[in-house]
Amino acid sequence: MGAALTRSAQWTAAGHGARALETTPLNEAILKEIIVFVESSIYKHPQEANYVFVEPLEWKTNLDPSAFGSGYVVSETTVKSEEADKNGQPLLFLSVPQIKIRSFGQLSRVLYIAKNTKLKEAQACIEANRNPIAKILGLDYNMINEINEDSSVLTILDKITKDDDPESEIKMKIALLLKQLDLHLLNRSLKNISLEIRLNPGTVKNDIELLKRFSGKGEQTALESIEYTSDYEFSNGCRAPPWRQIQGEICYVLVKPHDAETLCITCSKEGVFLNGGKTDDEGEINYERKGEIYKDLVTLLREKSAIFSENMSQQEVRFNEEQQKEKDQPNEAPEEEAATLHKASTAFRRSALEKKQVSLGRSQMTKRLEPSLNWKTTVDARENKSSLRDTQEEKHGGRLEKSRPSTSPGRAQLIRKSAEKIEEIISESSSESEEDEEPPDHLQESNADLPSEYWQIQKLVKYLKGGNQTATAIALCSMKDFNLAQETCQLAIRDVGGLEVLINLLETDEVKCQIGSLKILKEISHNPQIRRHIVDLGGLPAMLNILDSPHKSLKCLAAETIANVAKFKRAWRAVRRHGGITKLVALLDWRQHSTEAARRSLYEARDGEVARCGALALWSCSKSYANKEAIRRAGGIPLLARLLKTSQESTLIPVVGTLQECASQENYRAAIKAEGIIENLVKNLSSGNEHLQECCAMAICQCAEDEETRDLVRLRGGLKPLASLLSNTDNKQRLAAVTGAIWKCSISKENVTKLREYKAIEALVGLLTDQPEEVLVNAVGALGECCREPEGRVTVRKRGGVQPLVDLLVSTNRALLVNVTKAVGACAVEPESMMIIDHLDGVRLLWSLLKNPHPDVKASAAWALCPCIQNAKDAGEMVRSFVGGLELVVNLLKSDNKEVLASVCAAITNIAKDQENLAVLTDHGVVPLLSKLANTTDDKLRRHLAEAISRCCTWGRNRVAFGKHRAVAPLVQYLKSNDTSVHRATAQALYQLSEDADNCITMHENGAVKGSSALSGVKSPCLCFSSFPLTHGLREQSDETGRGERGDTKIRRRRDRKSL
Amino acid sequence: MNRKKLQKLTDSLTKNCKHFNKFEVKCLLNLFYNLVGDVTEWQSVVVGLDRNAFRNILHVTFGMTDDMIMDRVFRGFDKDNDGCITVSEWVHGLSVFLRGTLEEKMKYCFDVFDLNGDGFVSKEEIFHMLKNSLLKQPSEEDPDEGVKDLVEITLKKMDHDHDGKLSFADYEQAVREETLLLEAFGPCLPDPKSQKEFEAQVFKDPNEFNEV
Repeated sequence: MGAALTRSAQWTAAGHGARALETTPLNEAILKEIIVFVESSIYKHPQEANYVFVEPLEWKTNLDPSAFGSGYVVSETTVKSEEADKNGQPLLFLSVPQIKIRSFGQLSRVLYIAKNTKLKEAQACIEANRNPIAKILGLDYNMINEINEDSSVLTILDKITKDDDPESEIKMKIALLLKQLDLHLLNRSLKNISLEIRLNPGTVKNDIELLKRFSGKGEQTALESIEYTSDYEFSNGCRAPPWRQIQGEICYVLVKPHDAETLCITCSKEGVFLNGGKTDDEGEINYERKGEIYKDLVTLLREKSAIFSENMSQQEVRFNEEQQKEKDQPNEAPEEEAATLHKASTAFRRSALEKKQVSLGRSQMTKRLEPSLNWKTTVDARENKSSLRDTQEEKHGGRLEKSRPSTSPGRAQLIRKSAEKIEEIISESSSESEEDEEPPDHLQESNADLPSEYWQIQKLVKYLKGGNQTATAIALCSMKDFNLAQETCQLAIRDVGGLEVLINLLETDEVKCQIGSLKILKEISHNPQIRRHIVDLGGLPAMLNILDSPHKSLKCLAAETIANVAKFKRAWRAVRRHGGITKLVALLDWRQHSTEAARRSLYEARDGEVARCGALALWSCSKSYANKEAIRRAGGIPLLARLLKTSQESTLIPVVGTLQECASQENYRAAIKAEGIIENLVKNLSSGNEHLQECCAMAICQCAEDEETRDLVRLRGGLKPLASLLSNTDNKQRLAAVTGAIWKCSISKENVTKLREYKAIEALVGLLTDQPEEVLVNAVGALGECCREPEGRVTVRKRGGVQPLVDLLVSTNRALLVNVTKAVGACAVEPESMMIIDHLDGVRLLWSLLKNPHPDVKASAAWALCPCIQNAKDAGEMVRSFVGGLELVVNLLKSDNKEVLASVCAAITNIAKDQENLAVLTDHGVVPLLSKLANTTDDKLRRHLAEAISRCCTWGRNRVAFGKHRAVAPLVQYLKSNDTSVHRATAQALYQLSEDADNCITMHENGAVKGSSALSGVKSPCLCFSSFPLTHGLREQSDETGRGERGDTKIRRRRDRKSL
Repeated sequence: MNRKKLQKLTDSLTKNCKHFNKFEVKCLLNLFYNLVGDVTEWQSVVVGLDRNAFRNILHVTFGMTDDMIMDRVFRGFDKDNDGCITVSEWVHGLSVFLRGTLEEKMKYCFDVFDLNGDGFVSKEEIFHMLKNSLLKQPSEEDPDEGVKDLVEITLKKMDHDHDGKLSFADYEQAVREETLLLEAFGPCLPDPKSQKEFEAQVFKDPNEFNEV
């Protein structure tokens, strides 16, 4: 018993104090056995039953003294047995709650008395007496127990024979009995354990999935619904939270059968049982077991729902099959792999490409031959990566169902037919199983597609590797027939090392191989991954070397392939490093080629082809900055220019494309101007080819950064075709390019006039709605430029352009916002447009753009606000109506960005025209902020700052405040700048400031008078006017002191100066 | 050979062969007679290059190595099948060999590939020609498997009327679609480099050539 108790009984974790027996079925079984043994001991072994224990078994009992009947002396709290041992000690002594028992007989009586609480008593007894044998028989017997079991029986027998003491004889007997009991218990527990189905997450999941299939609305289904309580699945497949997983629980499901309440079921390793259900408020599950443990879900549900068992038995056969299949799956798979791998290695390579058929446990299915290893590993990889196991299992399940009939004929076919015919079988079998597939299983279908082409291509690559020139040529030609644009084919080539072979072929001298290889590389290099591989494998130097070959067609192919490959940084660098740019530029010079003796070789191409391919390659490469430089240095521009003049459209497109890429650089623009390329670009705008038009427009857009170019565009009549292209809105890319070109060209005033003639403005207004962002940015930009002229503004207004512009103020695109604000600002110069803007709440929108995180948007919005405030009716009122608006403006003065600062100063200048607003601004601390900015050297900022300061001086004590904040001295320095507008603004500011005596002193100290009198020679009338009072004021001061000398005198303060 | 005869021969050949001019024909004749050796003309004996000599030229000058193909080329040159390439056969052959148009080359190649001359290139003939084109894989049980497969591929690609063999029409169509297939079954034309070298060597400076 000791062994059974220590080994197989399940104790709680050793934590604190006494361990308790867990309430598990096993323990129950053990206890029951013990009880049976004890109870029967009276009858079976009466002598032993009377044997008195060495030490009493003690434990806390729940028995009531009153339960004891005859044979006991019962009192309130104690019970004594009448039976006593030799010394008169009662064999049973109960003093609530402790009970002491000293014989089996008493023990059995107690158990009898306990009746229903037998188990509990037995449990309590065992828990309290961890080593009952020692207590019963004494320590020496305990020792025996612990020694090797086989010999212990013998030692007991030995002892019996040796010892004559009758007492010890009984002891022996008891010892033997207990030993027997032990063994019995151990056996029993083994049986129990083996009876248990240890569930694991996989089987549980399968069960649930299967049940899901059989559940749903309707009468035929077994259940209404079954679902997990939790969506999250841990990596071990369990859905129970971790602290429950320790208990062995796997997941929880809610089952709604047709004829019962919703059941909350726990699936655990030991089995399936009902739990306490969900507590409604929290949705938490009460984990307590509330019923029996069943071996699986189906059994439990059968118990609980009659309809379930009915419907289930109908579908039983099918279900069992599925279950069996599912069970077999995990077992079969590893065996499968080993067997089939072995087969694959011995079978010939190009064996039939059959799918893996897994045999059912029961039926005698023959296994089909494995496909080649490569495919299998890929497919396995895919399978491993695929989503849940159940989709895989479903796939197997689905496939298995119908594959049975087809196997046996399939096998026969397999061996006999040749490779071609086997493909047919594949397609047959794949179509068969695809038909039966329940949900569309993409993995399945791609597996079906993969084999045929994938495998064939791999075969061809093998021939490439192992064949001579002839075989290589054939293999290459054949490979080209596949749809190389399809990713599977491309990857097929890559996976088998096809890329290395192809690149090696490039390095041979064999023209045919090179051509064939290039043709293939050209096609597959459309795939970005493959491109990178090619570059990694050193494909680019090989291709660049081919460019030196005398064969034109080879050159063309190589250049085209380079054009496809060179689409990322590393490739561009590689091309440049290997002198590729020079070679490609050389290709452009087709005149050189044609001087060679016209050799009628099979591999010749037209001369124009070579130039075209070269241009294509250069176009791809020119996206890199360094390459642009390299092209220019290699003399690419004159060649490109020449090509522009003479070529046909297919060549023109890459040429213009290259030019357009490169035109973003300054030096290019100069060269482009020199070569007279603009003329050609303009001419080609009228060509019929949309792509060409797009490229030309883009090129013009890039070049028009420069003023001369803009004039050239106009002079060559470029504006008309651009304007006419605006009306064609189908090709969005071209439209974006055209609007971009118009935008950049409209920076020149004369161009705007011309564009107006061509009704471009109306067309642009039409583009303000319903166009993609690239188009919008450019169109709005163009309108912004056009609205600098009054006629333009009028046109926009009349065409209803103001509203869409204001609507665009809410967009999020940064570039668009900058342009829109500019355009709105331009429109706002006109009072009528301003009314519309105001009506549409445009000013508020502009104001809110001041909060935009991008500084250029902020600046642009602030600039736009200036005309708005100038021209709005009730400007002051309007400004005040913006909550927090003035504060926002003042806070912008804290920005770092010069443009923002300048624009905000300009805005403040306008706002401060209204006295109330100026007061508010002052309250928000505009004076110190402006003063802080005074130390700038940026002319634009200086000007606007000076204007702002001059405006702010008109309120209250701001003048004095400016002086206190030391704004005056730096202002004086502004007079030294070269910009006349700065002078004007500064003079005004100083004039305003000079009304305060202290400021005058500061100004004088800083040599303001000298500066301003120098200015009085300047033409600007307001400047003179401004400087006059200044000097006048200062002279007055100096007069007062009586010295009259400029610059050297110390002037004493005068309090009561009158302002002029 | 006396001068007049030579002249006449040159003229006639130049007229017939469209790809060589007079000078070039002269060079070729020169080469031919150098190769054949200085043999005085015997009425009965036909002067010409025999098989070995020709194959030697093919091997040395044009770098060809495939015995079977070389044999077939010889057969292609030797139109009257007398085992000996006469001077006119030589010039005609070379005109196609070196400078033939696509049509001429197609015809020539097809004749080379058509081993039994029945006007069709059959599967067995293709197999025969491609037999040694694949390196034997060590793990293959059947080394011909690859070749057979290759043959199948080729046939699938080129056999447009699906009769299991290539007629000239099939071949022509295939070549027009894909030029690489011209020498699909073996290199029977010179590669551009050796062609260039040959021509450079043979067609030397006209001033050098004065007397026969």
